[in-house]
Amino acid sequence: MSGTRPDPSKLYRPKMPATWWLTKKSYFLFMLRELSSVFIALFLLVYLYQIYQLSRGPEAYISFTEKLNSPGWILFHLIALLFAVYHSVTWFQSSAVVLPVHLGERLVPRQIVTALHIGVWVVLSLGVLILFLALKG
Amino acid sequence: MTTEKTTEPFWWGLFSAGGVVAAFLVPVHILLVGFALPLGWVIDTGALYRIWWVKIYLFVLISLPLYHWAHRFYFALNDMGLKPINKALAVLCYGGAIIGTAVTAWVLLKV
Repeated sequence: MSGTRPDPSKLYRPKMPATWWLTKKSYFLFMLRELSSVFIALFLLVYLYQIYQLSRGPEAYISFTEKLNSPGWILFHLIALLFAVYHSVTWFQSSAVVLPVHLGERLVPRQIVTALHIGVWVVLSLGVLILFLALKG
Repeated sequence: MTTEKTTEPFWWGLFSAGGVVAAFLVPVHILLVGFALPLGWVIDTGALYRIWWVKIYLFVLISLPLYHWAHRFYFALNDMGLKPINKALAVLCYGGAIIGTAVTAWVLLKV
């Protein structure tokens, strides 16, 4: 290929309406996957704020924890959890495509690689739960 | 083909690391923080957040998925027709993640 770039004004650029992702189910699911990162980030910021309350003493931390027991916050965490699980599953599925695993000459089927990721996910989650229960005061 | 150097691989690396952290670790933390603690299944006074290695773990848990968000949100907004202002979006998204990292470090050092 030569090093010269074509004149940008002569390139064909199809016009996409801003709502193109509403036109097909697979496009919509793609956009949901992208938006899962928003809810994951929002959750982490709320979590950080809860940890910040500790700098004002354990009472502030406990009272913020109790504040999260309201229908609005429970709904927020429910939505965040659904998006987070959707991110996990789609991430493990795409990891199986991006990082194919070979056993000798043979390629391990994608479904098995995804299932192994999910197995590691469950073990790590249980590990976090056990550590939290062991360390909580 | 162009051989222009970009910072894309750097941001993609952070995006990818954040995606891994979010996929493996975030759901169980939502269960704990969003349900187990508020609903009283578990009682906690937060003493564990003063342990140094817990702080390092939390720094990774909170900061890396912010870069994952920055990357995905930046490209999602571009795809939704905001490409004309993509420079401003890049500053907002990646700058937001950098500020978030600094705030996370500050909070964890403070408690």
